[in-house]
Amino acid sequence: MFKITNQPIAPEDVIHAVKAENAGAIVPFLGIVRDNTGGRKVSYLEYEAYPQMAEMKMGEIAREIFEKWGLDRVAMIHRIGRLKIGEISVAVAIAAPHRKDGFEACKYAMDRLKQIVPIWKREVWEDGGETWVKPDPVYFNQKTAT
Amino acid sequence: MKVKVKYFAVCREMFNRDEEEMELPDGAVLMDVLKRLEREWPEIPEYYEVMQMSVNWEYATEQTELSDGDEVALIPPVTGGIDV
Repeated sequence: MFKITNQPIAPEDVIHAVKAENAGAIVPFLGIVRDNTGGRKVSYLEYEAYPQMAEMKMGEIAREIFEKWGLDRVAMIHRIGRLKIGEISVAVAIAAPHRKDGFEACKYAMDRLKQIVPIWKREVWEDGGETWVKPDPVYFNQKTAT
Repeated sequence: MKVKVKYFAVCREMFNRDEEEMELPDGAVLMDVLKRLEREWPEIPEYYEVMQMSVNWEYATEQTELSDGDEVALIPPVTGGIDV
């Protein structure tokens, strides 16, 4: 399951999507809208995605995880639109026979998501300022983008 | 040839549109799209190093060749550095 949605995320969706009888571990991760950035009070966040490419890149991350750990049960959902503090912006779950690989693969999935999945966040602060942020971009001059 | 160009985040705001059709000469590469946009946004060369682009949902380089019907996107980075 690789999905961009404008609806609230239910964490159990990614968990159910990866459940399997041979998986002794499911490692979920939830990204939550934080109330500050470097101490500056956040009013709300707005996420924007390039949906077709984002879902394709999520699938690519899952293939990388399969190559590295042999795990084939990966789910990722990212929400777009306006989100309030405390809401879930992203949910990832990975099922693995044992927890060690699950933890590593889940961290890898989030790191890669921030690098290659085209999603932007607009932070709007309580003091009225705002900025667009694309976490951990990979630049033209680093030809490892894909 | 005609390509579709899509704008996101700070680029969407800068060009004040989500997407457009762009007519380009045969043999055009991604850099030609940026050159075209330079008329509207003369500072765009300052961002060549940090701007990512894609062709048909894959990251591409300035020299990637384009074909009729391709979907090109400008994928701007962290925007603290881009004044709009």
